[in-house]
Amino acid sequence: MMPILRVENLSKSFGGLMAVNDVTFDVDKGSIVGLIGPNGAGKTTVFNLITGNYQPNEGNVLFDGLNLLGLPTHTIVERGIARTFQTIRLFQNMSVLENVLAGCHCRMRSGALAAMLRTPAQRREEKEALGQAMAELQFVGLAHEWQNTAKNLSYGNQRLLEIARALATNPKLVVLDEPAGGMNDQETQELIHLIRAIQERGITVILIEHDMGLVMRVCSSLVVLEHGSKIAAGTPAEIQVDPRVIEAYLGVDSE
Amino acid sequence: MKSTKYISIGFALLMASCPLFLDAYWTDVMNNVGIYAILALSLNVILGHAGLFHMGHAAFYAIGAYTTAILNITYGVPVLWLIVPSGILAGLFALIVARPIIHLRGDYLLIVTIGIVEITRIALINNIFDITGGANGIFGISRPSVFGFKLTKPDHFFYLIWGFAAVTIFFLIRLEHSRFGRALHFIKEDEVAAGGSGINVARHKLIAFVIGAVWAGMCGTIYASKMTIIAPESFSFAESVILFTIVILGGSGSIPGVILGAFLLVGLPELFRGLAEYRMLVFGAAMVLMMIFRNQGLLPPRPKKYSVEDLNPMGGAQ
Repeated sequence: MMPILRVENLSKSFGGLMAVNDVTFDVDKGSIVGLIGPNGAGKTTVFNLITGNYQPNEGNVLFDGLNLLGLPTHTIVERGIARTFQTIRLFQNMSVLENVLAGCHCRMRSGALAAMLRTPAQRREEKEALGQAMAELQFVGLAHEWQNTAKNLSYGNQRLLEIARALATNPKLVVLDEPAGGMNDQETQELIHLIRAIQERGITVILIEHDMGLVMRVCSSLVVLEHGSKIAAGTPAEIQVDPRVIEAYLGVDSE
Repeated sequence: MKSTKYISIGFALLMASCPLFLDAYWTDVMNNVGIYAILALSLNVILGHAGLFHMGHAAFYAIGAYTTAILNITYGVPVLWLIVPSGILAGLFALIVARPIIHLRGDYLLIVTIGIVEITRIALINNIFDITGGANGIFGISRPSVFGFKLTKPDHFFYLIWGFAAVTIFFLIRLEHSRFGRALHFIKEDEVAAGGSGINVARHKLIAFVIGAVWAGMCGTIYASKMTIIAPESFSFAESVILFTIVILGGSGSIPGVILGAFLLVGLPELFRGLAEYRMLVFGAAMVLMMIFRNQGLLPPRPKKYSVEDLNPMGGAQ
C-alpha cells in the first residue's frame, strides 16, 4: 500500500543545532502514528516541517505522492493536512463557532465582492459552513459551547476546539501536537475515543504525545526520535521492548 | 439586537434632516465629518479589521482626487463618473506599493506606509509627469451634477457625501460579516494560527489594502468635486495621522465606533473654536486619558451574531 505521507531524509538545523537529522518514515493511509521521544528530540520541528511552518535544509515531504517542499502553510492545509498546536493557538477573543469557521475557510470560495453583493451562492455557502462548523463541534463534544468565547473554555476543551478547527478543513491527515497536554484522566479517555472516531472517518492521524498510556493504546505504529534522529520505529509492542528506546526514552531501569 | 436597530434608524433620520436646522457653516462642518468618516471607514478595513498599521492612507485618497481632477479638467469627463476610475486607480496603486511590503509586521509596516504618503505628496509637489500642477495643485474642477441637477450649495453636498457614507456602511457591514471579514479577523488575532487553519494571510492582507484604497480613491472624487481645487497639502502625513487616530479612538474594527471617532475628531474641534489654540491641548489630554483607560476605543466591535437554529444539526459533515 502506498503511504499517504512519506518523510524522506528530513534535516533541519537552527544555527549550529541539528534539530532534525536525516529522519525518514512513512505514514500509512488510515493509520494512527505516534511520534515520541524525550523533550527536545525534534518532534515538533518534524511537525513544523510537514505543515510548512519551517523549510527543511534537506529532504522531502511527500503527501499523496506530491512533494510539499516550499509550499506555504495554507496551501498544505488545502492539500489536506490540518494541524493543532502544542501551545494552543486559538483565536482567543472570538467565539467557539468562529474558531471552527476558520477551518471551513479553505473549502469556501466566495470572496470580498460576493460578500458585498451578498450573492445567493455566497449565502448558501455561508449557511453550509455554519452547518459544518456546528457538526464538527458536535463531533468533538463542544456544540453546547458554540457561543462562548474561546479563551473562556477549559484547557482540555481548548484542545478539542483546535481539533474541531482542524477537522473543519476536511483533511486527509491531521497532525496533533500533544493533544492530551493539560487534560485530566477522564478527558484523556474521551480523547482516545475521539482519535479513534477521527480514524473511522477515514482520516489518518499523526500525533506527538507524552502520555504513554494514550500512545500505546491508540497508535498503530510509533516513530521514536532522540536528539533529532530516528532511533526506532514499529508497533507499540515492538517499541516497548526495544532496548535502544528503553535506554534513551523510557529510562534504563524499565518498570 | 433590537436596540441597535432603533439607534441606527434614529441616527439615519437625524442625519437626513440635518440640513433643515443647520446653517451653511455647520452643514459644511458635517460635510467634512462625512468625508473623514468615509475615509476612516476605508482605513478601518486595513487597520481595524486586518490589524495592519497603515499610516499612509492619504496617499490613496490623493490618487483618487488627482485622478478625478486631471481627467475632469483635461478631458471634461463629468466628475461623478470619475468615481469608478479614481477608485480603480487608487486600488491599483495600493496593489503595486503594498505587494512588496505586505509581509512586514507592526511598526515596520507603519514606517513604510509613512514613506508612501510622503513620497506621494512630494511627487505631487514636484509636478510629476507635468500633470499635477505642483505645489499650487489643480483648480477649476467642475461641480458635479446628478441627473442634470447641479450640486453647488453645502446642503447638496451634504446629501452626496452622507449618501455615499450610507452606501459605504452598507457594503462594509456585509463585508465584515462574511468569509472575507472573518479571515481578516483571524489574521488580526493570530497570523500563524490563521495560516495553519488554511487562510492565505498575505493575499487577504493585500485585498484588504486594495479595498481600503479603492474606497479612499472614490472618496477622493467626492472631495475634489466639493472643493473644486485640490493641492498636495490636503493629502499630507498629518491627514493620515488624523484618520489613523479616528479609527483607534473610535474603536478599531467597529463601524459605529469609527463614525463616532470622525464626529469627535473633526466635528468637536469646531464646537470649541472659542478656545482657540487650547482646544488642541484639551484634545491631546483627552486622547492620552483614553489610551490609558479605554485602549480598545470608545465603541469597540461587538461579537458577531450567528443564527444556527435553522440549520440541520448534522448537515455538512460526514
